[in-house]
Amino acid sequence: MPTLRYLDQAVTLRLDVERCTGCGLCVAVCPRAVFGIAGGRAFLADRGACIECGACALNCVPGAIGVEPGVGCAQAIIRGWLTGSEPGCGCGGSN
Amino acid sequence: MADDTACCATPAPQADQERRQGSCCGAKAAPPADYPYGPAAYVTGTVETPAGAVPRVSRDIARGDRVGAWRVRWGLGRDDYRVKPGLYALGTPDATAPVLVTANYKLTFDQVRSSLDDLDAWLLVVDTRGINVWCAAGKGTFCADEIARVVLATRLAEIVDHRRLVLPQLSAPGVAAHRAKEACGFRAIFGPVRAADLPAFLAADLRADPRMRAVTFATRQRAVLTPVELAVAWDRRMLLAYAGVLAAAAIGRDGVSLSRAARHGAPVVGAAWLALLAGGVVTPLALPWLPGRAFSLKGAVVGGVAAAGATAAFRRRLSPAAGLALLAGIPAVSSYAAMNFTGSSPITSPSGVELEMRRALPFQVAAAAVAIAAWLASRMGR
Repeated sequence: MPTLRYLDQAVTLRLDVERCTGCGLCVAVCPRAVFGIAGGRAFLADRGACIECGACALNCVPGAIGVEPGVGCAQAIIRGWLTGSEPGCGCGGSN
Repeated sequence: MADDTACCATPAPQADQERRQGSCCGAKAAPPADYPYGPAAYVTGTVETPAGAVPRVSRDIARGDRVGAWRVRWGLGRDDYRVKPGLYALGTPDATAPVLVTANYKLTFDQVRSSLDDLDAWLLVVDTRGINVWCAAGKGTFCADEIARVVLATRLAEIVDHRRLVLPQLSAPGVAAHRAKEACGFRAIFGPVRAADLPAFLAADLRADPRMRAVTFATRQRAVLTPVELAVAWDRRMLLAYAGVLAAAAIGRDGVSLSRAARHGAPVVGAAWLALLAGGVVTPLALPWLPGRAFSLKGAVVGGVAAAGATAAFRRRLSPAAGLALLAGIPAVSSYAAMNFTGSSPITSPSGVELEMRRALPFQVAAAAVAIAAWLASRMGR
């Protein structure tokens, strides 16, 4: 089966290698194998696969990773446009 | 858990701001929503612990669980499908048994309790308001503070003598592991994406291989999510739209006619269903083989094929204007429905979806406008 790839021109992921301590938590939390570790530092192995879930940035203690996290969901984005708020995923929640 | 990434039903604010500031549930850390938890058929008894009796759960998925899952998938009645938050025993766990954290969406809970072979474990269910792991993490309800709250409320520290929690990897967008440690003294370790890999992860000394770390979106995973897309067909707004179309079709020079409503309105409803099938079912299933990367483009292609087929099949009974309405309308609706499937996919980035929407929406709106105009024109001559 061909590998599914999505639009990657607008990905907001940034890695500041200078701050990286090489703990490897970004590799552990990324569901898209975006990061690798080489020479005791993280590197972007496949930046275009990033889905901007924000797991890496939230778990990066030295703050070496930046990303605009959100949900890759058309309905959420439309809702955000209409209400002028952050795009929020409904997910059937009442909260 | 991995195959339950479907999102987007009712509005809810995202706790992005709080997430960036390192805290999680933040201002919306309301007390757990009051919820009438019903009887739990999966509870088969209790296990005595130093912190009191803990309910023991079955590893079996019963008929009632299957029926409930089916209803949720088809959007029939139950948006809320929750497990009471707290600690549960699977098998006969002791003080050294692993603690597996999960969401209180029942489909997720069922997946975990049925995937662990004969492993003895504690299941720590946090209150995600009946939302799956991935979406709850994205919303910030599956977060370090909520985990700590349940750890403290269940007096877990008196039940186990280690200080480790195994978290589903897909909770990481909402859980800062270091914060969980601060808040409850337990070390949060991210386990595999899929519950089925938990036995292998535990056997490998809490290490995941790259395969356990990656989300997949295989045909079977996409297939279980398509009923939700199709459920739009009996959504309240769609029922209103059908009524509007039938009413518009009924009106003619000589007043209102029921047979005219059926003759001219029913085909429109049929075309809409064909388009939903094309964009919400066929496109998701054929996703990797369709051209382009944008879901809207993939959906427009499938919709185009469906429209061409429908026009060819009914060519003798279609006026040119009605044919144009089909050829413009079906791809437009199919493209839109396919674009909505981005919310069910674990491979789409918000920046990419926004880019795709800015490109595709003008075409979808224009094609829909052409379709409506052509349909109205086809009605004029009669």
